[in-house]
Amino acid sequence: MNALIFLIVFPLVISFLALVVPHGLAIKKIIGVCANIALCAVPIYLLITNLDRGPAYFNLESKLIDTGMFLVEIFIAFYLVYVSVRSKRYLPVFMVAVQSLITVTLEFNTGYVMHVEHSLFVDKFSIIMALIVGIIGSAICLYAIGYIPEYYEHHKKLRDRRDYFAFLMYLFLSAMFGIIFSNNLKWLYFFWEITTVCSFLLIGFKDDKPSQESAFRALNMNLLGGVVFAVGLVHLYSSSGVMELDKLLRLDKGVVLIPAVCLAFAGMVKSAQFPFCSWLTGAMVAPTPVSALLHSSTMVKAGVYLILRVAPVMENTPAAKMLTLIGGVSFLITALIAISQSNAKKVLAYSTISNLGLIVACAGLNTDAAVWSALLLIIFHAIAKSLLFLCVGVIENKLGSRDIEDMDFLIMRLPRLTAVMMTGMAGMFLAPFGMIISKFITLRAFVESNPVMAIILAYGSAATIFFWTKWMGKIMSIKHGVTEVMEHKVDLWEWVSLCILAVTTVVVCLAFPFISFRVINPYLLEIFGKTPVVDTFNVLVVFIIMLGLLIILPLGLLYYAFVNKNYKRVGTYLGGGNIDNITFAGAFSSTQKIELKNYYLEKYFGEERLFNIGVFASLTLTFIMFGAVVL
Amino acid sequence: MNGIYEFMQEWSILVRVLAFLLIAPLAGGLLAGVDRKVSARLQGRYGPPVMQPFFDVLKLLRKERIIVNKFQDFPIVLFLLFTIFSGALFFAGADLLLTVFSMALAGTFFILGGFCVSSPYSHLGAERELIQTVAYEPMVILLAVGMYQVTGSFKVADIVQYPAPLILSLPGVFAGFLYILTIKFRKSPFDLSMSHHAHQEIVRGITTEFSGPALALIEITHWYETVLLLGIVYLFFAFNAWLALVMVAVTFLFEIFIDMNYARFKWQLTFLSSWLFTAVAGASNIILLSMIQR
Repeated sequence: MNALIFLIVFPLVISFLALVVPHGLAIKKIIGVCANIALCAVPIYLLITNLDRGPAYFNLESKLIDTGMFLVEIFIAFYLVYVSVRSKRYLPVFMVAVQSLITVTLEFNTGYVMHVEHSLFVDKFSIIMALIVGIIGSAICLYAIGYIPEYYEHHKKLRDRRDYFAFLMYLFLSAMFGIIFSNNLKWLYFFWEITTVCSFLLIGFKDDKPSQESAFRALNMNLLGGVVFAVGLVHLYSSSGVMELDKLLRLDKGVVLIPAVCLAFAGMVKSAQFPFCSWLTGAMVAPTPVSALLHSSTMVKAGVYLILRVAPVMENTPAAKMLTLIGGVSFLITALIAISQSNAKKVLAYSTISNLGLIVACAGLNTDAAVWSALLLIIFHAIAKSLLFLCVGVIENKLGSRDIEDMDFLIMRLPRLTAVMMTGMAGMFLAPFGMIISKFITLRAFVESNPVMAIILAYGSAATIFFWTKWMGKIMSIKHGVTEVMEHKVDLWEWVSLCILAVTTVVVCLAFPFISFRVINPYLLEIFGKTPVVDTFNVLVVFIIMLGLLIILPLGLLYYAFVNKNYKRVGTYLGGGNIDNITFAGAFSSTQKIELKNYYLEKYFGEERLFNIGVFASLTLTFIMFGAVVL
Repeated sequence: MNGIYEFMQEWSILVRVLAFLLIAPLAGGLLAGVDRKVSARLQGRYGPPVMQPFFDVLKLLRKERIIVNKFQDFPIVLFLLFTIFSGALFFAGADLLLTVFSMALAGTFFILGGFCVSSPYSHLGAERELIQTVAYEPMVILLAVGMYQVTGSFKVADIVQYPAPLILSLPGVFAGFLYILTIKFRKSPFDLSMSHHAHQEIVRGITTEFSGPALALIEITHWYETVLLLGIVYLFFAFNAWLALVMVAVTFLFEIFIDMNYARFKWQLTFLSSWLFTAVAGASNIILLSMIQR
């Protein structure tokens, strides 16, 4: 239990330290590094000690903690009202009022009679999440040490608030650990609200008009999720007198279906599923570490975490079918929209929603195979996506643009960074790395239970190949003598975190059998009493491809770079007399310049059009989901 | 009845894989020769000897290596290796889905090869190849899904032993597969990214900057691919080996016939029609099948 409390409290302490210790002191960086090492080490320790143990529940009942949390909630409510009124937005005020009314009523009616047996718990799923939050969160914080000073160089007019930034980042990590270890639903709800507020403040960090706009959009949507969450809790308590996650799952399904759907809805908002996905794409205005933190390892993963937790209650109900379809719609439509985007961060954002959609769909099916692939998706996606976000952050600072069309010849300008980035991309879509293993398993899970989802997956995967491959082709094109190398300008801190994540991407792929057999399977055994049968031959084949690639790729590159000198190099064919590699003499002795651009197929996959279709379809499905439960 | 299969059965997996490695390029090359001969006859020409593709490749292999950047041949080598690997998986009787994903990986390497030379014609070819990939990929995945629905297994070894004719349960899937097979074979009307015919508006498309040995590798890869794809056609009729072989031959000739009779489509039409056809023929087949099976 101490490890759990440590993971929740320690980042909190660090966050306040970040506020207090003035920046510029070397000690501050040292504290940061030590804290991050601890945040990586403790989840690993937790994994090792709990490897052969089932879930463990801990009793921690204290009126003091409850009262403290209640006061913080009240404080947050007042703060949100203040901020909203100051910028003349009244929707958040209304929702905060409703929410506070619910929580205050709950607190005063039940606060003294409510008995919570186990407030904290840990099982294999929480440990997986803790590893993700701990390791990736730490890598992102390390990256921020290098990124934030550069950020201020590029935005000289901004008020320097880097202490505040560090404060919010660590506070966020603390709240995430709170979410994944809480068995007491009131605590879960409390941490849930903290992440909402933190994300609001982080998105609005730049404090200009677009950031404010996006921040309030995120706030509105997440507050709505919070209100529904609170309603679910009230309903749960009034109908069964239970306020614990494990007891909720053991109750009669008819009784707890409504709270479960409410919680799943809150999870949907947090994980940015249609119709609530616009907060996530809007959040791209924030500095890169924020995007990486919100979109890969924490915020959105909290959403799918909660959905996966309550999914067993909804199994085989119409509500679960609707949830699966909402996930499917989000997956397909955002994958298609991503084709039409040339803003790198937006591509990453849409691809995030797309993968989360797949996880939500798996949760809706809730078979052993589906949950298995959902967990794998969570792991692989978190690592590869955070890596990509951080790479884009570096590129943006170096090239001054986040447009994919400006990334020509990146491999010549930032060769090592491009190699790291390609590792991340390969992790996202190329067989046999991470995501494709998961998709492979997901497809099997879908075929067994719902062929429509298999069809959606088939189309969605094709779209995924499209936008990743053309981006990859863009950054790996080579042209001699047109660009300068600017790699030496990349900050050391950024390198450290990029390397950590790149190595993790590869290691997790190689450790896939271990993760599957020792960590995920025991969890599935607890929930389903069985585990999906894995074909060992297939695992072997995947392994051969993976090892083959890991060996062939570096060897091949070295061979072509240094060994094979038997060639004659010529200029590219430009359809005229080459002047150099990018210009040629055209008709009438004109000089023509070559520029290569990618296809975006705006006409077919334009954002506006598809977005509206997605919102329309998913809103309908959401209403059916609630309707099916209430009626 | 199933003489060929029993014959194959006596070989161990390793022998089968080796047999594929050696026989597939020979068969693929011969098929390419037959293709050219038949095409020529349909056009009223005499045509090259059936062995001509082998002569071409041998000659290409002996040519000087002319490149625009040092690494451009590497993706082509990977393209070849992974195509062979997918074929080996298939003929070893392994997982069909895995074969499909491995093929997609191989195709991605080819596209990346086209991108990395950053020549305008090659770039355009690579974009088109990418659109073609997106056009056929859903159908290829649905093919595996459909076969699983009928036989209850993704394993090629199980599918090929399934006693009932797959084609009767999966006519739509087969039709959809035939449609995208034309893309995979790089036949007109879908030979957008590169063409064997000499009338391409983007020079040689994705292969513009590849010459000599690299071009030979691309050609050999295509042979392996042809054999693998025809192997998939075989699965639809696997209940009777002889009928299956006949149908494979018929399919191949049918593709040549289509090639001769169509002008090249624009990529828009290629893309939309493939997705539409996949949905109408393939997806509806799969949904209907799941309704019947319930």
